[in-house]
Amino acid sequence: MIPEKAPVKVEEKLFQNRYRVDAGRPHINIKNPTTCQVECKTQECTVCCPAGCYTAEGNGQVVLITDGCLECGTCRIICTTYRNVDWEYPRGGYGVLFKFG
Amino acid sequence: MDEKFDAIVIGAGPSGNAAAYTMAKAGLKVLQIERGEYPGSKNVQGAILYSKALEEIIPDFREDAPLERHIIEQQMWVLDDASYVGSTYRSDEFNKQPYNRYTIIRAQFDKWFSKRVQEAGALLVCETTVTNLIMDRDRVIGVQTDREGGSVYADVVILADGVNSLLAKKAGFHAELEPGDVALAVKEIHFLPEETIQARFNIAEGEGVVIEMAGKITQGMMGTGFLYTNKDSITIGVGCMLSDFKQQKITPYALLEQMKAHPAIKPLLAGGEMKEYTAHLIPEGGYKAMPQLYGEGWMIVGDAGMFVNAVHREGSNLAMTTGRYAAETVIDLLQKKLPMTAANLAYYQGRLEDSFVMKDLKKYKNMPEVFHKNNQFFTDYPELLNRAAHTMLTVDGVDKKTKEREIRKSFKQRRSLFGLMGDAFKMWRAFE
Repeated sequence: MIPEKAPVKVEEKLFQNRYRVDAGRPHINIKNPTTCQVECKTQECTVCCPAGCYTAEGNGQVVLITDGCLECGTCRIICTTYRNVDWEYPRGGYGVLFKFG
Repeated sequence: MDEKFDAIVIGAGPSGNAAAYTMAKAGLKVLQIERGEYPGSKNVQGAILYSKALEEIIPDFREDAPLERHIIEQQMWVLDDASYVGSTYRSDEFNKQPYNRYTIIRAQFDKWFSKRVQEAGALLVCETTVTNLIMDRDRVIGVQTDREGGSVYADVVILADGVNSLLAKKAGFHAELEPGDVALAVKEIHFLPEETIQARFNIAEGEGVVIEMAGKITQGMMGTGFLYTNKDSITIGVGCMLSDFKQQKITPYALLEQMKAHPAIKPLLAGGEMKEYTAHLIPEGGYKAMPQLYGEGWMIVGDAGMFVNAVHREGSNLAMTTGRYAAETVIDLLQKKLPMTAANLAYYQGRLEDSFVMKDLKKYKNMPEVFHKNNQFFTDYPELLNRAAHTMLTVDGVDKKTKEREIRKSFKQRRSLFGLMGDAFKMWRAFE
C-alpha cells in the first residue's frame, strides 16, 4: 500500500493558475444556506470540488469562496437532492484564465 | 450591437471554431462570442489532436498550427498499488508524414484555430458571456450578452458552449446533467527540458508517447488516468465518473496526488515544474444521454451535445466534425433560401446519423452502463492481473504448472466461475 500522506493542499496547486477575480461578484452562490446546514447530510461539494471552494464548517455550515473556481460545473451537478447551487459563468473576461488548458 | 448576422456561434473551442470557420469561408456573416480573455483561456483538454477531423476543415493545418509531438507509441497500463502490467504499441510507421495524431496545448491551439476563423471572415468578440438565448415564441432569434446593449440577432444560433451547456438548459432544450453522465478529470502540466523528456521516454525530437492507465489509481471508481508527452512538458491527469466521486466522497486533487506518487509514475515526472492545475467535466453519458440536437433556429455541437466517445478517448474530433456538419447545414439551407426551422435543421441530425459520429456513439451505447454496474473491471481485475504477473515472474522454486493453478484459483476465488464468464460476456456485449 502507498503510505498515507499529509492532506493535499489544493491552494498550492491553484497558486500556479492565473485568475482575474471579479471582486464582490461571485458567479456561484448557494441558494439557501440553511438547506446545506440543516438538511444536507452528505455535503459532497465540500469533498468533490476540485478547487476546494466549499468548506464544511464545524457547525454544519457550508462556506463557498469562488476565487479559485476552475469553472468545471461539478458542484452544480452533484447537488442532486437539493439543487441548491446557483451557477453562472463569470462575467466575460473574468474567472480562471488558463495558460495551457 | 443591434446588428443581424446569418449565424451566431457561442464559444470558441474546437466545435465553435469549426462551425464559424466553415460558415465564414462560405461567405456567411458570422459572429462568434467567447467568454474568455482569448480563445482557449476557458478550455481544457488532455490533449490529443486527431488529424483527420481538422484536415477536413483546414487541410494545411500542419503548416502553422502549434503542435507539440506526433504520437509514435501508445502504452496501456493496468495498475495495482505498487505495480503495473502494461502493453505497448510502437511503430516507425507513425513517423511517416502526414502524422495521424499529436499532443497539443489547448490554450495555444485554440488561439491558432481562432486566428484562422477570423482570417476567414468571422467576427470574434471575446470577454463576453452569453447570458440567454433570445426567443420569439419557440424560435431562437438571437442572444443576450453581459455587455451593455448586448443583444445580437441571427437566423440561426449554434451552441458550442461546452459541457455545461447552460444556455440550452435555461431555454429548456434539455435537462440538467446527471452525475452519471459526466466524468470529472483533473490534470497538471509539468515542465521539463525537451531532452529530458526524450531520454526518459526513449523518443527523438518531435516524437511523443501516450500512456493510458486503469486500475487502482482510480480507487475503485470508473475511470482512467493518462500521461501525455508535450514538447517540453508532460500532462498527467485522471478522470472518473462524477457519480462515483459523489458516492465515494473522494477528493479529486488527492486522487491525482496519489496517482503521481505511484512508484511507476513518480520517476517520469521527477524534477518537473508544475505550472498549471485544471479540472474539467467530460460528457461521457454516451448515446443514451444525448440531448435534442436542433430546434427552431438552433443547433448544438461538441461537448454541449455530449459528442464524446469515451471508449476511444475521442472528443475534440467529434466536436470539429459536428461543428462542420452544423455549419454545412446552414450553408445548404441559405443556398436553397430555406428558413432555419427545426424541420429544415433536421438535416444536421441526418448528417450525424450517416457518419461515424452517431454510428460509433450507437455502437458503444451500453458501455457506460456496463462499466458502471461492474466496478470489478477497475478493482478486482487490475489486482488479479498484477498478482498473476508477479507470480509467474518470481523465480522461487515453485514449478510453473502450480503457479498457473494458483493464478486460476485466485481469479475464481475473487469472481467465481460464473462471475468470470459473465464479465467476459458483458465485455463482449459492450464492445460488440
